[in-house]
Amino acid sequence: MTTILRLQELSKAFGALTVADAMSYEVQQGEALGVIGPNGAGKTSMFNLITGTLKSNSGVIEFSGQNVTKWSAAKRSHAGIARSFQVPQPFSGMTVFENAMIAATQSAGMHGHQAENFCLEILDQTELLPKANVLAGSLTLLERKRLELTRALCAKPKLLLLDEIAGGLTEAECKSLVQTIKDIHASGVTIIWIEHVVHALLAVVDRLIVIDFGKKIAEGEPQAIMESAEVKEIYLGIEADA
Amino acid sequence: MEWLNPIVQGTLLGGLYALFAAGLSLIFGVMRLVNIAHGDLIVLAAYLGLTVTTATGMHPMAALVIVVPAMALIGYALQRGLLNQTLGDDILPPLLVTFGVSVIIQNGLLEVYTADPQTLNAGALETASVAVGGVTLGILPLLTFGIAIAVIWGLQWTFYHTSLGRAFRAVSDNQDIAQLMGLNRRHIFGLAMALALGVTAVAGILLGIRTSFDPSIGGGRLIFGFEAVIIGGLGNLWGTLIGGVILGVAQTIGAKIDPGWQVLAGHIAFLVILAVRPNGLFPRVSG
Ligand SMILES: Nc1ncnc2c1ncn2[C@@H]1O[C@H](COP(=O)(O)OP(=O)(O)OP(=O)(O)O)[C@@H](O)[C@H]1O
Ligand SMILES: [Mg+2]
Repeated sequence: MTTILRLQELSKAFGALTVADAMSYEVQQGEALGVIGPNGAGKTSMFNLITGTLKSNSGVIEFSGQNVTKWSAAKRSHAGIARSFQVPQPFSGMTVFENAMIAATQSAGMHGHQAENFCLEILDQTELLPKANVLAGSLTLLERKRLELTRALCAKPKLLLLDEIAGGLTEAECKSLVQTIKDIHASGVTIIWIEHVVHALLAVVDRLIVIDFGKKIAEGEPQAIMESAEVKEIYLGIEADA
Repeated sequence: MEWLNPIVQGTLLGGLYALFAAGLSLIFGVMRLVNIAHGDLIVLAAYLGLTVTTATGMHPMAALVIVVPAMALIGYALQRGLLNQTLGDDILPPLLVTFGVSVIIQNGLLEVYTADPQTLNAGALETASVAVGGVTLGILPLLTFGIAIAVIWGLQWTFYHTSLGRAFRAVSDNQDIAQLMGLNRRHIFGLAMALALGVTAVAGILLGIRTSFDPSIGGGRLIFGFEAVIIGGLGNLWGTLIGGVILGVAQTIGAKIDPGWQVLAGHIAFLVILAVRPNGLFPRVSG
């Protein structure tokens, strides 16, 4: 197995608030890694560090064997890192199709009909095809979440970062989203998925890490992790608001 | 019939104002930059036209082939070399820096070309006209208006039907997300300024053929451009054309009532519209 992502002693603080505390872990090519932890633990911040919108105070990020710690967000995107946002952030004045095309042409570097056809395929996969020509600003929550996923997929990612993509969805919506994510994973894309909706997460991931106060406090096989004492405490806290 | 003539002439004049305004509108739309130096860049384009025509003997319209790319290049360099560094959450730095650019251009032009008024000699094009109904239409104003429509149509098409236009809109919508999608904001802004100054080059040459110019007239052109943009509604290019027309018609009607009122009448029309519709006539609906 080859390592696609490696964090080494990654640290980040906003003043007195530490959101990443000497965080280290590896993700293998083709793996699906789940991330859980209480609100404010630093999970989204970790994605911001990996995608390059946030610069670490210290530590190293390696992606596909290259040290990308100093790379811009745009360069990391070209290299194959894509994400979805916890709070969907579409280009609201553009159509769903155009949102997808931005990722396909700019991030994945595709052109013309090839890009268009690729976007249509992805929109079909994410069940947004009927909304292709609708302004992204007018989508419902589920559709916005699907657009987040669409845009990330249109970037042809090697590593896909999903941030609470199942949050706020109904049971049925969640189920179909989980199926979509399973399919994506089965097609060979490496996934890191932050999720409070634990049953959705456990349906997909091979391994789990737990983050609290910016620290990785547990890592391992999902069932074993969920049953460990320190996680149970947090897990119960999450279950209460999930 | 008596009023038809100023209305028609004013409408055509509006085409020139729309050309002044289009670059301003585009830059504001893409990067929320208010370019105080815009009027001086128009004048700079006119002077570049003067240099090219006197050096080569080319017709000023033919000189566009050189002046448009030259201005586009200047635009890209200006954006990447200077203006990108000023863009952030605070709107004051870009205002101050473009004001500085304005002063530098004016003084540079004074140094190189002196304060003597100049014109671009376009030969027969300057005086040719056709009579339509009871109104005599100058070929130059007609051509200017036609070019304004073509330019705005072209910009509109670029915005909504090309990959570059999509990139402009994405960056304008959300810079941070656009960068996560692999867009290089600095480069896109550079291209936007290049496109804007390409349009400015056209405006400058047409201005130079129509009237005499000297290094100090940029400020006035900036104001006309602003007024056209704001009357039409920010971020709406066809609105900008209509804004230019309203401004032009107000000026020619003002001039008809009293020749001294031309510019004032335009400003009054602008203030009235601003008072009644603070967002302009056709504001872009934001999503
Ligand atoms: N740019 C910032 N400046 C200052 N503080 C920040 C910034 N971004 C995040 N924080 C703070 O850092 C902490 C971690 O935030 P983060 O969004 O990473 O948490 P999270 O684990 O994703 O939480 P949630 O489960 O609620 O999404 C929070 O207390 C948050 O308020
Ligand atoms: Mg979060």
